[in-house]
Amino acid sequence: MATKHTLVALVEDKPGVLNKVASLFRRRGFNIESIAVGHTEVPSISRMTVVVDGTAQSVEQVRKQLEKIIEVVKVSDITEDNLVARELALVKVKATPQTRSEIIQIVDIFRANIVDVAPGSVVVEVTGDEDKIDSLFSLLEGFGIKEMARTGRIAMGRGAKETK
Amino acid sequence: MKMTGAQILCESLLREGVEVIFGFPGGAVLPLYDTLPQYPGLRHILVRHEQGAAHAADGYARATGKVGVCLATSGPGATNLVTGIANAYLDSSPIVAITGQVARPFIGKDGFQEIDITGITLPITKHNYLVLDVSDLASVVKETFHIARTGRPGPVLIDIPRDVFADEASFHYPEKVNLRGYKPTLDGHPAQIRKAARLINEARSPVIISGRGAIISGASNELKELAEKAQIPVVTTLLGIGSFPQTHFLSLGMLGMHGMACANLAVSASDLIIAIGMRFDDRATGKVSEFAPNARIIHIDIDPAEIGKNVGVDVPIVGDVRSVLEALNKEIATKTHLDWVNQIEQWRSEHPSTAIRETDELIPQYVVRKIYEATNGDAIIVTGVGQNQMWAAQHFSYTKPNSLISSGGLGTMGFELPAAIGAKVGRPDETVWAIAGDGGFQMTIQELATITQENLALKIAILNNSFLGMVRQWQELFYGRRYVATPLSAPDFVKVAEAYGISAMRVSDKREVVPAIERAMAHDGPFIIDFRIEPEENVYPMVPPGASISVLLEEPREMVKVEVGSRDTSNL
Ligand SMILES: Cc1ncc(C[n+]2csc(CCOP(=O)(O)OP(=O)(O)O)c2C)c(N)n1
Repeated sequence: MATKHTLVALVEDKPGVLNKVASLFRRRGFNIESIAVGHTEVPSISRMTVVVDGTAQSVEQVRKQLEKIIEVVKVSDITEDNLVARELALVKVKATPQTRSEIIQIVDIFRANIVDVAPGSVVVEVTGDEDKIDSLFSLLEGFGIKEMARTGRIAMGRGAKETK
Repeated sequence: MKMTGAQILCESLLREGVEVIFGFPGGAVLPLYDTLPQYPGLRHILVRHEQGAAHAADGYARATGKVGVCLATSGPGATNLVTGIANAYLDSSPIVAITGQVARPFIGKDGFQEIDITGITLPITKHNYLVLDVSDLASVVKETFHIARTGRPGPVLIDIPRDVFADEASFHYPEKVNLRGYKPTLDGHPAQIRKAARLINEARSPVIISGRGAIISGASNELKELAEKAQIPVVTTLLGIGSFPQTHFLSLGMLGMHGMACANLAVSASDLIIAIGMRFDDRATGKVSEFAPNARIIHIDIDPAEIGKNVGVDVPIVGDVRSVLEALNKEIATKTHLDWVNQIEQWRSEHPSTAIRETDELIPQYVVRKIYEATNGDAIIVTGVGQNQMWAAQHFSYTKPNSLISSGGLGTMGFELPAAIGAKVGRPDETVWAIAGDGGFQMTIQELATITQENLALKIAILNNSFLGMVRQWQELFYGRRYVATPLSAPDFVKVAEAYGISAMRVSDKREVVPAIERAMAHDGPFIIDFRIEPEENVYPMVPPGASISVLLEEPREMVKVEVGSRDTSNL
């Protein structure tokens, strides 16, 4: 049965690595739902968090294929781990003098922030797991969403153990 | 002392033990070509098409166990290498491809003969590099050869901009490589090895399937010890041919689509498969869901990603085949499986897949058999793809690793001639026979000029059926004998050979086969025989595509099906 998997890849920070990782998913028939890349505590090592849909067996196969890329140091499927998973989103919502306070109320409930106010719109910043962001979006939709941007998931296991 | 990039490259190649480069020049690599004469230890062999350079490097690598090197210019030179690189990738052959690139200021501007060859070869190389700084070049070459030859070997490409060849840096060849993400596992996990030994000790009808990994790791002795100590019959994949002597009483030959009946039947009926350095390719397994239905599987491979990819495995062991077998052999009990071996012998005599039809016609199986007899089996056979490949695999008895060189994974027609060139260059004292189809031979026929220029004493047998034979066979069997685009005209190969300055003859009569082969072998230099074989001869046995390998089509077009699921095991 296909389910969502979260993979964490530690890779050497060299040109072309993102392309290699992404193209491997394509070649093996996976659709990447989200991918987030950034620096880690180790200089020259980047961390990629990739969310893909697949059966446990097919994801394990792609995980092993990824580890064959020379610059890829380690890939872990952390789906089953006890995780902290977060995503950051920015949403530009239509706002009139009549709706602005209602928007602010919703934003407060979600512990999101308004980071920009302009005549006719506000920009909301929200952090959380995908469900939280989805439900905020659905509440804001009624006001009219002009633009939105999501980073994709980053994740880390809880507790003292490291993803190494 | 400062050196140019071109000098640094040559120095580095020498440090890696390179003796031969198969290449073709052009603008982007001119600075390198201009430098080559300073390095007489690097023999350059000029091919006639860059595909030939890559296949020659591949054939050289397989024949010698060393890394083969090919060289091409940017743009079309680089793209012409692609098929050869892909071929080496799928057959885990260690080659290094060096390509020139446009000068750095022109990269990304679609300049003359610029092509993104590192992008193009991303999915068909084990790794590749674009060298943007001459001071990286030595360490890139060091890493390249390390990656190409260790772990699961494969092609690595280095793309070097023209101006980097001319730039200068001081030369230090690194002693070691440090690649954080590349540390192949060599030794098998002891607990897994013990588990495997237990299954082997308990098995009643075990079979070993040995692949090219056994050859690459040099494990023939360990494989033989395993087979003999526990009395386990051995089948091989196409590329595993030679890992175990086919003259051995435990050898069943090749399995798969055109495998020996007894090999396929033994695998289908086995209760334990020990898969060694092979990857369960669909041409070997047939219908996967019906593959060896009663067998547990031990899979030994250096590439963790191969384990569990195509078939479920009971005991995975990641490691170098030789090291794993060494450890495993200590754990297994000395045993016999006489009933099982007798059962297989019975299959072998009921289904003699290597028997050659009695006929006055000139049939290809007979030609291959006579080459075997004339060489006493002491030769390197390099095949094309298609029927000629299967007949060469079936009717020659291989006893040594790397005595059969064939394009397995990619199935590249035209491989035979350039790969045979590489093999002969690497092993000049060996008899090298290329066995070609008339179709594939025409795909790389230009390399005859390379043979002449280098005076390589290759022997070439063209199994000329005036068809794209293997495709015609499928059309005959599965497309109502509608021969679309498979009848094939060819030039007069004897005249072509003569035009290239190569001795040749045509053979149309069975009685001329042996004298012709003897003449070719006695001839001091290259020799071509154009064998005009029966046009509609088929390769048997054949497992119909998509069927289980326990279902075989046998000469003369009779279907044999062996029910292994309900097999009566009381007599075993
Ligand atoms: C480059 C390439 N193109 C097409 C094919 C498909 N193909 C496989 S076997 C075959 C026929 C080969 O004909 P020939 O070389 O005459 O050998 P024969 O089968 O007759 O021995 C073809 C066209 C291939 N394997 N490689």
